[in-house]
Amino acid sequence: MPDPTPVTSCPMVREPLLSELSGPGRNGLTVPRPFAAGRCADIPAALNPPALPEISEVETVRHYTRLSRLNTGIDQGMYPLGSCTMKYNPRIGEEIASRIADIHPADEAALQPVLAWLLDLKATLEDLCGMDDSCLWPAAGAHGELTGMLVIREALRRRGDDRHKVLIPDTAHGTNSASCTIAGFTSVNVPSGPDGFLKAADLERHLDGDVAALMITNPNTLGIFEQEIDRIASLLHANGSFLYMDGANMNAIMGIARPGDMGVDCMHLNLHKTFGTPHGGGGPGSGPVLVKRGLAPYLPDPRIVRNAPGGIGLVARSPESIGMVHSCLGNVAVLLKAFVYCLSLGPDGLREASIRACLNANYLKERLKKVFDLPYPTPTLHEFVLSDRVQKVAGVTTVDMAKALMEYGFHPPTVYFPLVVPGAIMIEPTESEPVGELARFADAMGDIASRAETSPDLLHAAPRGTPVERIDEVWAARNLVLTWNDLNPSR
Amino acid sequence: MNIPEGLRYTKDHEWVRVEDGTVRMGITDYAQHELGDVVFVEIKPAGTQLKAGDAVGTVESVKAVSDVYAPVAGTVTEVNAELEASPELVNSDCYGRGWMAALTLASTPDLDALMDAAAYRAYLEQEAK
Repeated sequence: MPDPTPVTSCPMVREPLLSELSGPGRNGLTVPRPFAAGRCADIPAALNPPALPEISEVETVRHYTRLSRLNTGIDQGMYPLGSCTMKYNPRIGEEIASRIADIHPADEAALQPVLAWLLDLKATLEDLCGMDDSCLWPAAGAHGELTGMLVIREALRRRGDDRHKVLIPDTAHGTNSASCTIAGFTSVNVPSGPDGFLKAADLERHLDGDVAALMITNPNTLGIFEQEIDRIASLLHANGSFLYMDGANMNAIMGIARPGDMGVDCMHLNLHKTFGTPHGGGGPGSGPVLVKRGLAPYLPDPRIVRNAPGGIGLVARSPESIGMVHSCLGNVAVLLKAFVYCLSLGPDGLREASIRACLNANYLKERLKKVFDLPYPTPTLHEFVLSDRVQKVAGVTTVDMAKALMEYGFHPPTVYFPLVVPGAIMIEPTESEPVGELARFADAMGDIASRAETSPDLLHAAPRGTPVERIDEVWAARNLVLTWNDLNPSR
Repeated sequence: MNIPEGLRYTKDHEWVRVEDGTVRMGITDYAQHELGDVVFVEIKPAGTQLKAGDAVGTVESVKAVSDVYAPVAGTVTEVNAELEASPELVNSDCYGRGWMAALTLASTPDLDALMDAAAYRAYLEQEAK
């Protein structure tokens, strides 16, 4: 491990909260009054005006500037958070999206080119996925899942088929069962096979007339392609059930394999993962839902249509739709950034991105499996899962190693997920990483593995060189401080 | 690994103790060890009717949230209220003060389907392979 010198050039001082910086009368800013105060005379005074901190402009600017220097992100180094696809966000997307930032959503003339781009994006995504129709409005992945399940519920309702269960493999993202539950279904956990993918024969045992759908992620969260997807789709369809695909891992297969060809009826994409838009605190997400023809009538409103009076327009109500799931045009700036990503790379470039994402992950896996336990030997695509089984003998666990990675300037990988692997370490480098950065990461992991044998205590205490050192997660979870009003200085 | 004699065990790592027509239950030493520090426990309220294998509650550690399943069919008669303020009892005394719920026992055959201490130990050893 490197010497515990700061990994950033920040001085090691704790940045106070705004509420701690606050002092009476420090906010010297006068907000101009846009209209006569008399117009508001009838509005009753708020019962409890918010206790906003009072801070001068210079202190506010410095506070946020200092915080930004404590931050870490993809622009500083590799961010191998498995299943989250933390790839580089190309600046051209920001540039193009900034040019539409001032268009008012009710300005129909100004909106014409935006709607045309959205139609083209929609066609591009449908083509990439082999699906017939889509809705761009859901705000993120889980919102897409919920929208998709509501579409399926509506299709069942319209055919008078009352089904309650949704099957979910044990490798699934936690959001899957949450989305099903909110959509009114009961989720049923289906164990995946010993090789890390779902066996059609295992699925068959769970099928009955109450199964509305199977929700599967392909490739799954072990990075393993669901090799029996074809047979799984046939079994579901013969049972009158739908196949829903969580497209969170689409980065492994875009331009190579299409969910529509696998028999998927309904799916969502995570544009903020696969199509390179900022996320994880850096920007909102976007989770378009794509369907086969039979489900298309139930997609959310509004619909973009080419032949409206005045050009391309929006149709607010369609007869069988589940209704609106988002205001205006969803997270339209994210949609445009994703479209820029598609256009910049082109069909061959998107395919190349997936191939490189898989190559990068497999390079890391080959290097790291020499020192870490690899629980599933099945070939993997864009990500892979290790465990702490070898290091645990010396008392060093996944959390120790994840924390230690920060000393080397890396964001830790996803840990303790998927749940099928005890002590999971889930690594997804994405296609953005040059081989030098991958090698630096593998070296750091190798270094940590040898420290686990020679000086485990150092790892229990890591990180020591970061602006905030090892935090007491157990204490934090047992003593919730949800707002700064709950702060108890007595600890 | 602490696996007391006289209790019955499930493959999902719950234990049950028979007490005069009711059963008391919790999670095993193996389960609490795998979960790590427990930070929150939520058990369904008294009166809830359960089939064997239904979720009787959830246990949350800093690593994960897991369901706890009813080892036998029955109705919840008592919930360990102490866990609300002191979830760490699940770690420190999982077979004692860290118990989670008491259930009425609907049928004895349910109990016979569960493992005794020796069978559970063998099951854990096999799982570790």
